[in-house]
Amino acid sequence: MDTLLNFLSASCFLIGGFLCITGGVGLLRFPDFFTRVHAAGVTETLATPLLITGIILNQPDISLDSMKLLMIMLIVLATNPTASHAMTKAALHGGLVPLTQSKDDSGDSTEKQATNKKPSDNGGDISTL
Amino acid sequence: MLFAAVVAIIVTMGLALIRACLGPTAYDRMLATNMVGTKAVLLIAVGGHALGWSGYADIALLYAMINFISSIAVMRFFEYQKTLPSQEDE
Amino acid sequence: MDIALLAMLCVTAIAAIRIRDLFAVTMLFGIYSFLTATFFLSLDAIDVAFTEAAVGAGITTVLMLATLRLTGRYERKPKHNIFIPLIVVSITGAALVYGTLDAPLLGDPNAPAQQHVSPRYIEESPKEIGIPNMVTSVLASYRGYDTLGETFVIFCAGLAVIIILGIQDSGEVHPGRSAIGDQLVLRVVVKVLLPFILLFALYVQLHGDYGAGGGFQAGIIFASGFILYDLVFGEGDARLIVPPNFLKRLAALGVLLYAGVGLYSLFNGKAFLDYSALSDNPTSAQHIGIFLVELGVGITVFSVALTIFFAFSGRAQITVKTDRRPPL
Repeated sequence: MDTLLNFLSASCFLIGGFLCITGGVGLLRFPDFFTRVHAAGVTETLATPLLITGIILNQPDISLDSMKLLMIMLIVLATNPTASHAMTKAALHGGLVPLTQSKDDSGDSTEKQATNKKPSDNGGDISTL
Repeated sequence: MLFAAVVAIIVTMGLALIRACLGPTAYDRMLATNMVGTKAVLLIAVGGHALGWSGYADIALLYAMINFISSIAVMRFFEYQKTLPSQEDE
Repeated sequence: MDIALLAMLCVTAIAAIRIRDLFAVTMLFGIYSFLTATFFLSLDAIDVAFTEAAVGAGITTVLMLATLRLTGRYERKPKHNIFIPLIVVSITGAALVYGTLDAPLLGDPNAPAQQHVSPRYIEESPKEIGIPNMVTSVLASYRGYDTLGETFVIFCAGLAVIIILGIQDSGEVHPGRSAIGDQLVLRVVVKVLLPFILLFALYVQLHGDYGAGGGFQAGIIFASGFILYDLVFGEGDARLIVPPNFLKRLAALGVLLYAGVGLYSLFNGKAFLDYSALSDNPTSAQHIGIFLVELGVGITVFSVALTIFFAFSGRAQITVKTDRRPPL
């Protein structure tokens, strides 16, 4: 039982840490704001529950701290996607144009440096917005 | 494994910090700030568990809330500066 | 880990100095105080980390942003020569570093701070006061005068803001004009989250004897719950729940509660803020005294923080209204 728990928590930590780094690299390397939101939001939303589950499993017994960690997980799960969503909407409202759209429609945008990022990829579903 | 997770979180914080310093638009900075906040929550939780700090869960809980509040505040006040003049032009 | 945190602190500070966009600087300061609080935590100073997280990352960011709404977004280029300030700062820094060479190392048992009063607090306070969290017993009982003074300082800060800026009672909301206020997802999540924030604030307030926390932090968290409501649901709604006039009285009430405890013991023939007048049992007297005092601090901090926020955001609304044509 103990070995199983240890193995589970260790794998949670490993996958969570890997996802964290993935999100960080994505945040740094992706070409425009909307792709960065994708990188940051998606990975954080999965990495947080994994890491916190890892901590809960790693604890010797269930205590008040486990409940608090569970609350943290729920709060992060509720707030993080909401914040990403609100940020994206605010960016759209504030006049930031997604990359593909700017290339197809007008051509002028705040982001110029990385327009060679294959626009045919998701141009269809963004234009339906 | 705990150590690996702590290192991963710190590296991610560093990457997000670089984005926050570079960030071409203000929204990028908001996103990076939000990410650093979330990573701070995770760092406190994982690191607190690893190093045996007392009462780390309370602080991580508080961080999770405060992070949300401050990112909402940033968006709220930023849009005030940005959209009100542009609405006047319409 | 400490080194990594310190390195990130330095990077943030340098970036905050270099960037002229004050909005970005405010966000960087948010990061800065998150990192600082983590650092405090790794020094095992939980209450300080708690305060830094609540005040530095939460309220200060919100207030600075509200101020930026009143002033401009970009910093002007400095006209003066940068070399003289640089020299002065370098000399001061060198002097400070020289001073730290003589200072005792962190955690040195022979340091003066560890020998004078700390042993007494650590050895006696569990017997005298019976509270697990020593910070609370030092803050609210041994150093009760200091805390009373701090509460008065906070109260005076609130008074100063009210006198200079004033609070506008305007309760107008402009639907359709803001990107944040119209988001259904955000509204629902905030509505669900808000009771938990307030509950957590009460937990911090009442649990300060046993874990980290106390009146200061609880007041700030309670206020930030209301600030969140105000941010998402537009100006005015939060003012309907907690009217500014009521807030002013609440701030005074907190200070009066604190000082009233002191006066009560004074009238019962004990020294000012001597809690043993409150009950026959000395330990439970300390408990009642600390509870009342923390409650007073919490009420004052809550109302002053909310007052300052209302004053700033109400002010910004007025400027917006006079600058532009009326909304459609």
